[in-house]
Amino acid sequence: MNVYMDHASTTPVDPRVVEKMMPYFMEKYGNPSSSLYEIGREARKAVEESRVKVASAINAAPGEIIFTSGGTEGDNLAIKGTALLDKDKKHIIISSIEHFSVLSTCDWLKKQGFEVTKVPVDRYGVVDLSELENAIRKDTALISVMHANNEIGTIEPIEEIGRIASDNGIIFHTNACQTAGRVPIDVRKMDIDLMTLSSHKIYGPKGAGAIFVRKGTRLEPLFHGGGHERKLRSGTENVPGIVGFGEALDLACREMRKEGERLTRLRDRLIRGILKIERSWLNGHPEKRLPNNAHFCFKFIEGESMILELDFNGISGGTGSACSSPTLEPSHVLSAIGLPKEDVHGSLRLTLGKQNTKEEVDYVIEVLPKIIERLRNISPFKEDFGEYESALAHEHKH
Amino acid sequence: MKVPWHTSISIDWSDWMYSDKLIEEFRNPKNMGKMENPDGVGKVGNPTCGDVMYLYIKVNDDRIVDIKFETFGCAAAIGTSSIITEMAKGLTLDEASKITKQDVADEVDGLPPIKMHCSVLAADALKLAIEDYRKKKGKKSDMKS
Repeated sequence: MNVYMDHASTTPVDPRVVEKMMPYFMEKYGNPSSSLYEIGREARKAVEESRVKVASAINAAPGEIIFTSGGTEGDNLAIKGTALLDKDKKHIIISSIEHFSVLSTCDWLKKQGFEVTKVPVDRYGVVDLSELENAIRKDTALISVMHANNEIGTIEPIEEIGRIASDNGIIFHTNACQTAGRVPIDVRKMDIDLMTLSSHKIYGPKGAGAIFVRKGTRLEPLFHGGGHERKLRSGTENVPGIVGFGEALDLACREMRKEGERLTRLRDRLIRGILKIERSWLNGHPEKRLPNNAHFCFKFIEGESMILELDFNGISGGTGSACSSPTLEPSHVLSAIGLPKEDVHGSLRLTLGKQNTKEEVDYVIEVLPKIIERLRNISPFKEDFGEYESALAHEHKH
Repeated sequence: MKVPWHTSISIDWSDWMYSDKLIEEFRNPKNMGKMENPDGVGKVGNPTCGDVMYLYIKVNDDRIVDIKFETFGCAAAIGTSSIITEMAKGLTLDEASKITKQDVADEVDGLPPIKMHCSVLAADALKLAIEDYRKKKGKKSDMKS
C-alpha cells in the first residue's frame, strides 16, 4: 500500500486545478501586460479573477493581493520589504518556531545591522504573549509570527498578536502557508498587515503564492523591473500558476468545513492508534492544532531510520531528527518546546490530506509499532539511556 | 532506435541516498544484539548526537571469534555497525584494529558525504573494544604474576 502522509511538505495538484490551468499554457498564453490585444487581455482577466478568489478567501480586497513565486518569496518580501523601508526602525520580533524562510531572512537582516528578538513558546508551541509584549521597543519595525507551525501543527493566537501589534503601531506579518484553505482566516478580524500564502500546500501548483498587503502598508520591493503587481513584484506574471493557485484556494475554502471535519476524525484516529506504542507522546497543542497534523516522539528511536523503514512499507512521513537534515541540526521547533536533543531524534510528523482514507490510517497504525519494535531491538537503549542517563539529566538541568 | 530523452541525464544519488548495500545491511543487520560476558566492549557516540554504538567482542587466541553490536542511530550508523562486525569476525586483533573508516565506507559501496562520520563511529567502536579487551587481559595477567 502506498500512503502519502507528508501534506505539510507538499500536496498533489487537484485535477480540477490542473484543468483550469491547462488553457494558459498553449492557447491563452498571452502576457497580461499586453492588454492591447485579445490574447493579452485573456491572460489579464485570468490573473485578476484569481486575485478576486484569493482576496475573498481571506476577507481582503483584490488590490491587497500581490502574487509571488510561493511562501519563501512571500516571507522574504514581507520581512525585508518592511525592514528596509524605515531607517530608524532596526528591531524585529519573531517567534522561536518560525519557518526557515523567516528565520534565515532575519539572520540576513542581522548582518545588515538589525536586531531580532525571538519570543519563546510554551511546551505546546504557543507563543508567550506577555514575552511578546515585553519585547516591543520604540524602534520595532515588525512582528512576524506564523499562523500555524509547520512541524507540530500548533495554531498561534494570531488575533491577539494582531491586536498587540496594532495597539503599538507595529506592522504584523504572519506566515499562513499551513493554514490558508485549512482553517478560516479573516485578515480584518485578525488585524493582519502582511500575510504569506502558498499554493502547493493546498493542492495547487508549485512556484505560486501571494502575499496580502493591507491597504496603506508600504513595502520595499525585492525585484525591480517592469513594475508588475503594484510595483511590489516585477516580472511577468506566472499566469498558469496564478490561475491554479486561485482555483486551489477557492476549492479549499469551499470544502474546508467538510474536509476539516473528516481530517480531524482521521487525525484523532491516527493519534489514538499511534499513542498505544509504549514510550510515545504527541507534540504540539492537543486541541489548537491543524486538522491534518499529527506529530509524535518515540523514545530510543532515531527518526531517519524510522522514515526509511516507513518508506520500505510505502508510507511517506517526516522527522525533525538531525540525521535527516542537511545541516545535521535537530529541529529548532522541537528544541523550542523544550524537548531534549535525544528525544528530538525520535520525532515523526504525519500530515494528512484529501486522498488519505481510514484504511490508510489503520495501515500506518498496524505497521509503525513493528518498526519501532525492530529499531528498539537494534538499539542498546530499551528502558532508559543506560549509562548516559545521569549525564543527560545533568545536561537538561542547564 | 528511439532513445528516451531522460537517458542522457545521470544523477549521482550517492550525494543524497544510500547504496543498495547499505540499505541491505540496515534492513537485515548481521550479528545484532547484546553479548553476554564479552571479552571487550567498545562504546561510542552520544544520545544527544543521535548515534550510539555498542560493539562486543569475544576473543580466543588473539582472534575475534564472535562479535555483536547494538546501535541507536540512523540507517548509516546501523548499516556500518553491521558491516564492521562482518569485516572483523575471524580476524586477529592486530588485523582488526587496522580497519579504517574508509574501509568501512568502501565495504558498503560508499556513504553520502554527510554520513561519513557514521563510518568513523564503527571503526572507533571496534578499536575501543580491542583496547578494552587488552586492558582487561593485562589486568588479569598482572593479577596472576
